[in-house]
Amino acid sequence: MISYGHHRYPGRLFVVEGTDGSGKSTQLLLLYQWLKAEGYPVFFSEWNSSPLVKDTTRRAKKRRLFTPATFSLLHATDFADRTERDIVPPLKAGAIVLADRYIYTAFARDVARGCDRAWVREVYKFAVKPTVAFFFRAPLDIAIDRIASARPTLKYYEAGLDMDWSDDEEESFKIFQGKILDEYDHMVSEFGLTVIDGTQAIRTQQRQMREIVSRYLKEKLKEKVVLTK
Amino acid sequence: MKEMKFYGKPLPNVEIEPYSGKLIVIEGTDGVGRSTHVALLRTWLESIGYAVLDTGMTRSVLAGRGIKNARAGHTLGRLTMQLYYATDFADRLENQMLPALHAGFIVLTDRYIYSAIARAVVRGADPEWMRAIYGIGLVPDAVFYLRLASVEELAARVLASGRGFDYWESGMDLGLGNDYYDSFIAYQKLLLKEFDRMSGEYGFQVIDASRSIKRVENDLKRLITRVIESEPAGTEATVSVGGSPSAKENIPG
Repeated sequence: MISYGHHRYPGRLFVVEGTDGSGKSTQLLLLYQWLKAEGYPVFFSEWNSSPLVKDTTRRAKKRRLFTPATFSLLHATDFADRTERDIVPPLKAGAIVLADRYIYTAFARDVARGCDRAWVREVYKFAVKPTVAFFFRAPLDIAIDRIASARPTLKYYEAGLDMDWSDDEEESFKIFQGKILDEYDHMVSEFGLTVIDGTQAIRTQQRQMREIVSRYLKEKLKEKVVLTK
Repeated sequence: MKEMKFYGKPLPNVEIEPYSGKLIVIEGTDGVGRSTHVALLRTWLESIGYAVLDTGMTRSVLAGRGIKNARAGHTLGRLTMQLYYATDFADRLENQMLPALHAGFIVLTDRYIYSAIARAVVRGADPEWMRAIYGIGLVPDAVFYLRLASVEELAARVLASGRGFDYWESGMDLGLGNDYYDSFIAYQKLLLKEFDRMSGEYGFQVIDASRSIKRVENDLKRLITRVIESEPAGTEATVSVGGSPSAKENIPG
C-alpha cells in the first residue's frame, strides 16, 4: 500500500498555511534564507508546481471547466506529483523540505466550495505528515487589504466566482475567504496546526518560527546531502 | 424515473434529482471485446429509438489530453496517475453522464470506476483509498462484466486485432515480465483476480466472453432490454437528439 502518513524519513518537513495575504510566503522565504545560511540542505516546494499537470490546470482555469469536485481532484493530482517528485525523495535523502501551502489549503478551499470534509481528507490520505505546520492567522479585513494592494484584479476561481455567492467580484472573494478562514480555524485542533499571529511585526513572527523550527534541527542534518537547488 | 444513488457522498453542487435515462457499464479486462460491444449496442439501441451517449476512460474534456500526454512519457508517479484518472472520471460524470441521464439518454460506458480501482490496486494502491475516492460514482443501472478466464486467449485476441501489445495494457510499468507477452499475461491475471473479487461486491452480471461476438451480443441485448423495460412506459427517448451530448462543455455543471 502506498500511503506516506506518519513518515520515518530522516528529513524534516515544514509547511506554511494561511489565507491569501496572511504573510506566510514572506515568512517561509525568510526561514529558507536562514536555514541555508546555517548550512542545512533545504528544498523548496510550491503549490501548483507540477509541470505535467500544469497545462491541464491552466487550460481548465482559462476555459472555466472546473466544478468543485474536479477542482479538488486535479489539485490533488498535482499535489500527488509534488509528493512523489519533490517531497518524498528529499525527505528520504535527509533534506529539509519547505512547502508553501499544503493539504490544509485544499481542505479549506474545497470544503468552502462544498466538497465533503471526510471525502477530501480521504483523497489526501497519501500525504506526508509535516514535522510542523504553521498557520499564519490574519483577520479577514487585513488579509483582504493586503491582497487588494498587491493585486489589482482577482482571478475567477480565486474570487470564488464559480460558486455564484455574489456577482460582485470583491464581495464574492470576501465570502470565499471568510469560509476558508472558518475551515482553517476548525483544523487548528484537528491537525495540531501551530498558529502564528499574522498581525505581528514580520521580524517577531520570524523569530517565533525559527525558535520552533530549531527544536527539530540537528547538526548532523547538515552532513546528510548536498543540494544544488 | 429513478432516484440517484451514489456509492459514497454525492458530488458537491450536483442536483440529486430522479433521472429517466439508464447508466449501463461494460467492464472487463483488456482485449475482451468491450469496445466492440459498446459500438454494436449503440447501433442497436439507436435503431430501436433510444438516444445513446457513449463514453470511456480518458475521454474527458478536462483531463483526457493531459493523461494521454503523461502516459506517452511514462513519467507520472503511481499516485499521481490514479488521481488523474479520478479527475477524468469526475469530469465525465458531471459534464457528460449526469446531464445525459437527466435528459433520458442511455449512457453506455466502456469501463467505469471498477477498472480504475482494479488497475490502481494491482499497482499497490490502498483498496479502501480508491473506494473512498470513487465514492462520488453513481451506482449504475447495470454492470456487465465481460469475463474471459484464459489470459492466453486475451493475448491472442489483442494480437488478432492488429493493435499489438500496448505498454500500459501489458502492465510494463510493473516489471512483471521480461517482455510484453509475459508481462501482459501476468498483469491481466492480476486484473482478472481483482475483477472477480469486485464482482459480488458491486453486483456485476457476468457474461462469458469466451463465446462468439454474436452470442455475447445477443446476451447483452436480452439483458439490456430487461433493464430498459423495467421502467413504466414513456421513458423512451422521444426527445429530439438535436444537441449532441458529446459537446458537453456548454452544459452548466
